[in-house]
Amino acid sequence: MADAHRREWAFVLAATARVAGDLDLAEECVQDAYVSALEAWSQQGVPRNPGAWLTTAARRRAIDLLRRDTTLRRKLPLLVEPDEPAAQEGSTVIPDDRLRLVFTCCHPALAREAQVALTLRLVCGLSTAEIAQAFLVPEPTMAARVTRAKKKISAARIAYRVPGAAELPDRLDAVLTVVHLLYTTGHTAPDGDGLVRADLVDRAVGLARMLGGLMPDEPEVRGLLALILLTDARRMTRCAPDGRLLLLDEQDRSQWDRPTIDEGIRLVRGALRGCPGRFALQAAIAALHAQAPSYQATDWPKIVRLYDLLGRAWPSPVVALNRAVAVAMADGPAAGLAELDDLERDGRLAGYRYLPAARADLLRRLGRADEAVEAYRAALELTANHAERQFLASRLAQVRGD
Amino acid sequence: MAEYLILIFEDENAYATATPDVFQQVMEAHNRFAGQVGEKGGKIVEGRALQPTSTATTIRNDVVTDGPFAETKEALGGYYLIEARDLDHALEIAKLTPARFGGVEVRPIMVFDNA
Repeated sequence: MADAHRREWAFVLAATARVAGDLDLAEECVQDAYVSALEAWSQQGVPRNPGAWLTTAARRRAIDLLRRDTTLRRKLPLLVEPDEPAAQEGSTVIPDDRLRLVFTCCHPALAREAQVALTLRLVCGLSTAEIAQAFLVPEPTMAARVTRAKKKISAARIAYRVPGAAELPDRLDAVLTVVHLLYTTGHTAPDGDGLVRADLVDRAVGLARMLGGLMPDEPEVRGLLALILLTDARRMTRCAPDGRLLLLDEQDRSQWDRPTIDEGIRLVRGALRGCPGRFALQAAIAALHAQAPSYQATDWPKIVRLYDLLGRAWPSPVVALNRAVAVAMADGPAAGLAELDDLERDGRLAGYRYLPAARADLLRRLGRADEAVEAYRAALELTANHAERQFLASRLAQVRGD
Repeated sequence: MAEYLILIFEDENAYATATPDVFQQVMEAHNRFAGQVGEKGGKIVEGRALQPTSTATTIRNDVVTDGPFAETKEALGGYYLIEARDLDHALEIAKLTPARFGGVEVRPIMVFDNA
């Protein structure tokens, strides 16, 4: 039952939303459908197609409620478009409702944190309590965030549809960014103990796979899935048994999930065709790490070149930071440090803990202990995650010669 | 079709120090905009430029004061009330609105049910 919930939720909600014409009503009806499923299936067994069963039940309930109460004020009306003419002519290509749902949840008119919360709630079916817990926010705050987002969709009339070809690249980028953000939040919890929030990670992987299935011809979708898989393949080796954070240079590569890496590499090849986008390029970098027998033996010059391409596709100071780290490996710590010093002067990464952390590491490697101590301290001030703090603290002690 | 208000916010100083050329360009841009909205399948219900915030008067709790309601870096300088199918359509139109010294805000018009 819990399995059906996970797998079918998006499909059922998305299809019901179209019929209900109202997000809240759709959610209600879907929840009712799951409740009746619990009863019916425990007696009659799980049907062969649980998704279809649930969708029929939810839609029936929505139509029923709408018919019964003709004055039912739709609290949050959803602007539903009629199917495109092609679909009406009996063509087999019908846009999957789940795509409508995902694109609506990730509309740029919604704030990023609203996009994330709404995606988790409506596409993944997480409860508000679960989402609140994942982002370490009080439940009423998260509930209000979700409600506000739904209200905006209704009041501003965000249409329930897959964007047209002209807007698709930007809109898709927003969707992929949300899914990637879910992954990275799970992969490195910003606060509190423990490095991996396994459930968020699983949801992100699930979403990336769903998108891959629904939009198989989009290279950036393949790129995102590849990136997530290649990073996730290292999941088991990111922490030592005592909870200590392990970086790439210390991870036991024999424990990396090879089948997942192989799948990732296959996807990367497909994603890199034509003019590769930022997810494909990030995945390509991850693939080079995954294929390297050791940190030292990684093809660093190639990684630097990929970062050059990435920087053009995605002019972000974070990309420049990661490139500088690669430059330090390819051309020595002094070269990398020069780039990091430029970034510091630039000021855009103020408050970003990985900048002082990276500087500290290079200063340490150059034997400039006093400056390294200062930089580790600066990094610690910006870091809340327990495992990351422990790592920085131990490096600090190391450099002080404790 | 639904109604949206496009509010134009711009740095007044830029206009204060602008050459006649600049004013000419802005005028032409707004004239062009009117045509573009029609091409996009939208409609301008009405649009106006506002006189600068130095001419504004604010009333709060019955107290009358000189100046705009809020002092902001970019001030409200004009508006267009448009008709558009949905937010994406409104945004498509809003992106064409001339606002070189600032930007625009898009706000849906409240619809009151008469039930």
